[in-house]
Amino acid sequence: MKTLNKINTVIFLLCITLGFAQQTPAPVQSKDFAIVGATAHIGDGTVIENSIIVVSDGKITTIGPEASTPLTKQAMDIIDAKGKHVYPGFIVANGTLGLVEVDAVKASVDLSELGTYNPHIRSIIAYNTESKVIESMRPNGVLLGQVVPRGGRISGTSSVVQYDAWNWEDAAIKMDDGIHINWPSSFTRGRWWLGEDAGLKPNKKYNEQVKELSDYFAESKSYNKGDKKESHLPFEAMSGLFDGSKRLYINVDDEKGITDAVNFTKAQGVSKITIVGAYQAGNVTNFLKENNVSVFLRRVHTRPELEDDDYDLPYKLAKKLVDADILVALEPSGQMERMNSRNLPFYAGTTVAYGLTKEQALQLITKNPAKILGIDNAYGTLEIGKSATLFISEGDALDMRTNILIHAFIDGRNLSLETHQTELWKRYSEKFSEKK
Amino acid sequence: MCSFSLFAQDYFPSNSGVIANNTNYTAFTNAKIHVSPTEVLDNATLLIKDGKVVSVGQSVTIPKNTTTIDLSGKTVYPSFIDLYTTFGVEKPKRQRGESQYGPSRSGFYWNDHIMPEQDVMTTFKYDEKSATELLNLGFGVVNTHFPDGVVRGTGALIALNNNADNAMRIVDGRTSQHFSFSKSAKSNQSYPSSIMGSMALLRQMYNDAKWYEAGNIDTKDLSLEALNKNKNLLQIFEAGSRLNLLRADKVGDAFNIQYTILGGGDEYERISEIKATNATVILPLDFQLAYDVDDPFLASTLSLSDMRSWNQEPHNPRLLAENGIKFTFTTHGLKSKKSFSSNLMKAIEMGLSKQKALEALTTVPASLLGKSDVLGTLKAGSYANFLITDGDIFEKKTKLYENWVQGNANVVSDMTKNDIDGDYKFQINGTDYELSVSGSTSKPNATIKSNDKILGTKMSYKDNWVNLTFKTADSTKKEFVRVVANAANNNSLNGKAILPNGNELLFNAIKLKQKDADKKGTKKMHGDVEDEPFMSPITFPNLAYGFTEKPKSEVLLFKNATVWTNEKEGILENIDVLIKDGKIAKIGKNLSNKNAKVIDATGKHITAGIIDEHSHIAASSINEGGQNSSAEVTIEDVLDDESIDIYRNLAGGVTSIQILHGSANPIGGRSAIIKLKWGESAENLIYDNSPKFIKFALGENVKQSRMRRNSRFPQSRMGVEQVFIDYFTRAKAYDELKKSGKPYRKDIEMETLAEILNSERFISCHSYVQSEINMLMKVAEQFDFKINTFTHILEGYKVADKMKAHGVGGSTFSDWWAYKYEVNDAIPYNAAIMHNAGVTVAINSDDAEMSRRLNQEAAKSLKYGGISEEEAWKFVTLNPAKLLHLDKRVGSLKVGKDADVVLWSDHPLSIYAKAEKTIIEGVTYFDLEKDKQMREAIKKEKSELINLMLQDKNKGLKTQPVKKKEDKLMHCDSMDNEHTAH
Repeated sequence: MKTLNKINTVIFLLCITLGFAQQTPAPVQSKDFAIVGATAHIGDGTVIENSIIVVSDGKITTIGPEASTPLTKQAMDIIDAKGKHVYPGFIVANGTLGLVEVDAVKASVDLSELGTYNPHIRSIIAYNTESKVIESMRPNGVLLGQVVPRGGRISGTSSVVQYDAWNWEDAAIKMDDGIHINWPSSFTRGRWWLGEDAGLKPNKKYNEQVKELSDYFAESKSYNKGDKKESHLPFEAMSGLFDGSKRLYINVDDEKGITDAVNFTKAQGVSKITIVGAYQAGNVTNFLKENNVSVFLRRVHTRPELEDDDYDLPYKLAKKLVDADILVALEPSGQMERMNSRNLPFYAGTTVAYGLTKEQALQLITKNPAKILGIDNAYGTLEIGKSATLFISEGDALDMRTNILIHAFIDGRNLSLETHQTELWKRYSEKFSEKK
Repeated sequence: MCSFSLFAQDYFPSNSGVIANNTNYTAFTNAKIHVSPTEVLDNATLLIKDGKVVSVGQSVTIPKNTTTIDLSGKTVYPSFIDLYTTFGVEKPKRQRGESQYGPSRSGFYWNDHIMPEQDVMTTFKYDEKSATELLNLGFGVVNTHFPDGVVRGTGALIALNNNADNAMRIVDGRTSQHFSFSKSAKSNQSYPSSIMGSMALLRQMYNDAKWYEAGNIDTKDLSLEALNKNKNLLQIFEAGSRLNLLRADKVGDAFNIQYTILGGGDEYERISEIKATNATVILPLDFQLAYDVDDPFLASTLSLSDMRSWNQEPHNPRLLAENGIKFTFTTHGLKSKKSFSSNLMKAIEMGLSKQKALEALTTVPASLLGKSDVLGTLKAGSYANFLITDGDIFEKKTKLYENWVQGNANVVSDMTKNDIDGDYKFQINGTDYELSVSGSTSKPNATIKSNDKILGTKMSYKDNWVNLTFKTADSTKKEFVRVVANAANNNSLNGKAILPNGNELLFNAIKLKQKDADKKGTKKMHGDVEDEPFMSPITFPNLAYGFTEKPKSEVLLFKNATVWTNEKEGILENIDVLIKDGKIAKIGKNLSNKNAKVIDATGKHITAGIIDEHSHIAASSINEGGQNSSAEVTIEDVLDDESIDIYRNLAGGVTSIQILHGSANPIGGRSAIIKLKWGESAENLIYDNSPKFIKFALGENVKQSRMRRNSRFPQSRMGVEQVFIDYFTRAKAYDELKKSGKPYRKDIEMETLAEILNSERFISCHSYVQSEINMLMKVAEQFDFKINTFTHILEGYKVADKMKAHGVGGSTFSDWWAYKYEVNDAIPYNAAIMHNAGVTVAINSDDAEMSRRLNQEAAKSLKYGGISEEEAWKFVTLNPAKLLHLDKRVGSLKVGKDADVVLWSDHPLSIYAKAEKTIIEGVTYFDLEKDKQMREAIKKEKSELINLMLQDKNKGLKTQPVKKKEDKLMHCDSMDNEHTAH
């Protein structure tokens, strides 16, 4: 505390004042600030109690235990965070925020395109920074995410954004990071309207569909080696997969499919791959480890897929993969996935009840997704030189009881934690308290 | 011989010759005759004339004008009867086109799917090909019906007599009246769109029929007239599964009708419930084929329940017989009719007695049809419908030679043809050959070996002559030896062989002694498995995580726990809880009880079980959206006691749920309020003296916002109000009439609405925006009752003061929004604002996934709105109990209340908490340790069953591709799909 006394302590004022429009992105950091006294969860598994974090020009310039980290004499705002917790901003891997506003209103949905092979489709240009769903992420510490198109065999190209921006160019922190494919399913449904059994039966066309995908990759490769006199937009878009500039995200859940998909990418010369969903990845951990394959693990809060599955299988899968030393991040896809993305911290929290440590669980939504998404140079952990994309919570942010945010920052910008929802809350709370 | 007894009707003129009726007798002598399942005569004679049995016995006097057929060594049985066929009837094709809300006919019942006036004979066309197929299986007469609609009209009994016309073949043109839960393919009328809708429709129909019969309806309704006329016929219900069988019986019971019910082969799962119905079950014999489990990846998706069905179904007939349940067999539902015999043998292999099997095929259906005097036995006066076999008809090897129907023979296999199966030896030019013949009377097959070399051989066998063609031993040449031999002598084949060079030699093959004896010997040795076939245990419920024995209520003493009482005592530290006789017996320090099982709960938390006010698990239907009001339906009719979601909810600490009807229409159906007593039957899940609830709904769903067609009123929130006012106005008038003591037409829908007006039934209303919430309260006030609960109620926070004034509770989501337009203003602070305004607030799931962790959802109220922990916990326990009028019984830990409690590993509102034990009325239904053991047991049982399936495949038996069992996730807007509903 001695170091503190030497400095002209400035009481940090809340940027939020009444009338501050919720949607207005926070301005660029103009003054250095320090967060003092908090338990800092670094995101790499370590914790610094009573920490000092100094942020300057949007970057972390100092981080360490209060006792051994002197504050420089420069003028800065001090945030007293004693007893509070600091976390790196949580990252939604395989998210779709900004592509849909209201699920049931078709006019507000920009999620997938016509056609089967759409590598050239780019999600970023449809990303709606003004989405009211996105602003509801921030009060829970969810600050970054991947914007992923869906549908088809090759769904399209995703980008990674931060959740407080004027437009999609501002938002993008990694443009066109990867291409997403839906691996052929091992089971298909009978067409009951034609009198077929509606149940799921083994997909007879599986091999055919894999071959078709394989041919598509081969054709793309040939095209990109050629003179490209006549342009082919989809093939063109595939080039990043072969030169290593883009990652291939493969949505597949079953054990056989996962194995086939990994072998497929090896044969195709695609070096960076991530399995998305990966429900049965627990059965092929050695194989995934050997092939250095990372995983976006399906939403923790889902029902077990098969009747006989352990009731807690979706809860404990993360533990199994982490124990096998596989790089795992959590993904939210499924029913109502956008609005539910704010529950990402609680998905991680649930994995703690089923085996992981809190700091391991934290990595699933910070360091690991950052690494897979290729933004770990700046995001995902609290380290010197990295972006000050972080937040301060009253308590443990993986537990809803204590995930109560005081401040959140993206690149050092002090975000508004107000939303359409908090505004209504305040308006009606006031209405009824006046009545009393 | 086949046509000697073809009769012409006396009063029909003949222009093709003289009218000449054959009045001779036919006698079948020296046979073993099964006169009935219980009476067998050796060396007996059966005397028939004019298609009827004249006499049967060991000393029958044979008249002079008798043709005698010697049946020495043969056995005679009464022909079989199939009660449930669509023989000679073409099933109507589904109509394409838009669904409609009204009927497409007039002069009949208001619902197109009610067609008791339908007479199967109006479209019946005798089908000789199908008849032959059935004859070959041993059937002599079949009952047929029109397989279409909820009420399908009358069936008829037809003799499979290919040598006569309908005048002779129709045994009875009106035998039965038929029912099902499925709609007619001929009409697009949308109601009923669910099983519970079909059940309600049938009940209303019976009420209306009574009213009509009493002469209270001035207009004509030919459907109701027919229904009343048919009521003394055999009433047959096509249920098709154990659950539907119980449902059908429940409908019948309310009107003193005992249906005979087509089952599903899964009756063994709840045998005592089936027995209690007193129904005779018509059993299809379509046992599952083994799954093709060669591919371990695919095999791993098979559910234990599907695997068990394969293993257990063949035991069903035995188990029914052992439990004294009457049943008959049908070929209905068989993809290949031929599998009937093999499956019947399988059932007998699994221990069904042959006498029961024969009864099921003869006397049982005869008696149901009221035809015991002419069918089912071979007593004098019966139809001459009988089978001639070479032995016990329930043995695999037995051959069925002839099936006589109405005195006409149908040859199935030639009984004059010798069976020449066996091994023979012969010599040609000094070379020894071995010949082995099989399938001689059906599909002859021969192998010839010489010096241990198999020679390509072809064989035919006709009229006791054998033709053989086989390759010579010199494989470099394509040369054949041809043989023609006579088989009249039982022990040899005699004829000539023609060599490739044209030389003819005498051929004489001598039959060797049967080697069957030693074959049987080896079979016995590893035959233990076959003698006592492995049967998976039937558990409660019969799927993974089911109990082998239903768990019992225990005396439990939890020591040293943190106890969330939900009472004025608040949260108590280091406290003991004693559970006894299913109730909370004591809460206090240092409790002891010498009979109690003591559980150390140090560091753990004990709470009341979670109550989910809004659930859609464990039901076969959720919506009856065929009309804008469906107050007549109830979820209690369609509970599914085999839903794995029950177990998974227990694992999340849930003990009670309200299964609400969906939100397809403004006035939905009645709720089922159940305890999650995993393993109990559907009926036993329901609360005793259950409070009465009904679902109402407002907004986007009821106005069909996302449907392409807009033909059902209402299409706007404005119309929704008028629907309510209209229905309540009529219900009020109905109730007044009823209370006046004057006669009235019983209307189940109006009865239900009148209960609401009389505050005997309570509304839980699906609601979103403030305008409609306000509206419904005003409608209720206009009719002088209160809305009990608004569920979802996402804009409740905007009218919380009005809700408080009205006295309605709010059961909401913690944080759901943005899934449709009307939830644009939904906020996670809703629960907090309503609570702060004095409204009783619950947090519900509406979702089988979320309900597994409602403790977490309650905890969100701490984050969103700063509710205290104690109050937040009540959002998922005591408050929903209050809203469901169950708070006197459950919802808090108070001495005398039901012992519905959960032991948590941690603070129950923490994301890190796990339910370790979930107890209902002192019975531990979920236990983390037990769960672990069950996982191991499931693994083991599945491997055993996979092994058995592999054995089946290796035996060359047919298999079916594996299937992946899905558990449909039901929500408010889930509709029945006839293909998944069960």
